[in-house]
Amino acid sequence: MPAHAFFFYIFSLIAIVSAIMVTASKNTVHSVFFLILDFISISCLFILIGAEFLGMIMLIVYVGAVAVLFLFVVMMLNVAQQKNQWFGAATGSKHIPVGMVVSLIIFFELLIVIGGWKLKPDLSNDFINLSTTNITNTHSIGNVLYTDYIHLFQLSGMILLVAMIGAIVLTFRQRSGLKRQSYIRQISREKNDGVELVDVKNKEGVKIDV
Amino acid sequence: MFDISIGHYLTLGAVIFTIGVVGIFLNRKNVIVILMSIELILLAVNINLVSFSIFLNDLSGQIFTLFILTVAAAEAAIGLAIIVVYYRNSGTIRVEEIDKLKG
Repeated sequence: MPAHAFFFYIFSLIAIVSAIMVTASKNTVHSVFFLILDFISISCLFILIGAEFLGMIMLIVYVGAVAVLFLFVVMMLNVAQQKNQWFGAATGSKHIPVGMVVSLIIFFELLIVIGGWKLKPDLSNDFINLSTTNITNTHSIGNVLYTDYIHLFQLSGMILLVAMIGAIVLTFRQRSGLKRQSYIRQISREKNDGVELVDVKNKEGVKIDV
Repeated sequence: MFDISIGHYLTLGAVIFTIGVVGIFLNRKNVIVILMSIELILLAVNINLVSFSIFLNDLSGQIFTLFILTVAAAEAAIGLAIIVVYYRNSGTIRVEEIDKLKG
């Protein structure tokens, strides 16, 4: 399939180059943009390989939510002026050789694992062959997700709820000096606290002390 | 060369994983880029899971990728909230200036 190979190489090239630019870019805003480009090309690869639902979810969740969240935080914190000091900086240069060596070792270990790995010949008989059935990818994921994995699905909803509450609690700031409406204090007021009945004598009026 | 197998996708995942690890090691800038590198690492893991799921005709990998996506979104939200609070308290998020623990 030359077309598949062509698109695979294009998208993976874009993904790798933009991943390098995420870490090496001088400006943090540019890093976020390259992160968005990376997510988009990887989701194109997912759609290419046949996992359409995950590709679209990737677009919605990462590009639509997470990357925009990053962009908001970068804009709020005003860190775009802090330039990257990867190469040539006096403080940062001592970590670069060690980091490069360790990462190269990690990469070659992964390549060794990938190269030396082999499927059992009779393995594919154990699985349901998805390509012969004519239901879509989204349909088959829905069939499994809401039946076999329903507890995990609800648990992931719980994780999202906890994350939302945690983010709100972390960033919430109680300011002093603001006047707020308090229902408890409004309801629990008594008549004696607010109103005083005075006998007004004729031609003398009432003296009010504030 | 023109026959794309699972090895191609796994190699792509390995490359992106390594770039993410390099981004964590060599970062001199700010903590936000470290969070982005973590997102890259999770993306590489997702590539591996999806390619195994497709080439082995088993849906569990894609389901697992869905849950990883959920956890990654929650992690990004919490991490960015922590960064915002830290910036509000100390005024900087540069990596070399975050040394309260003398680590």
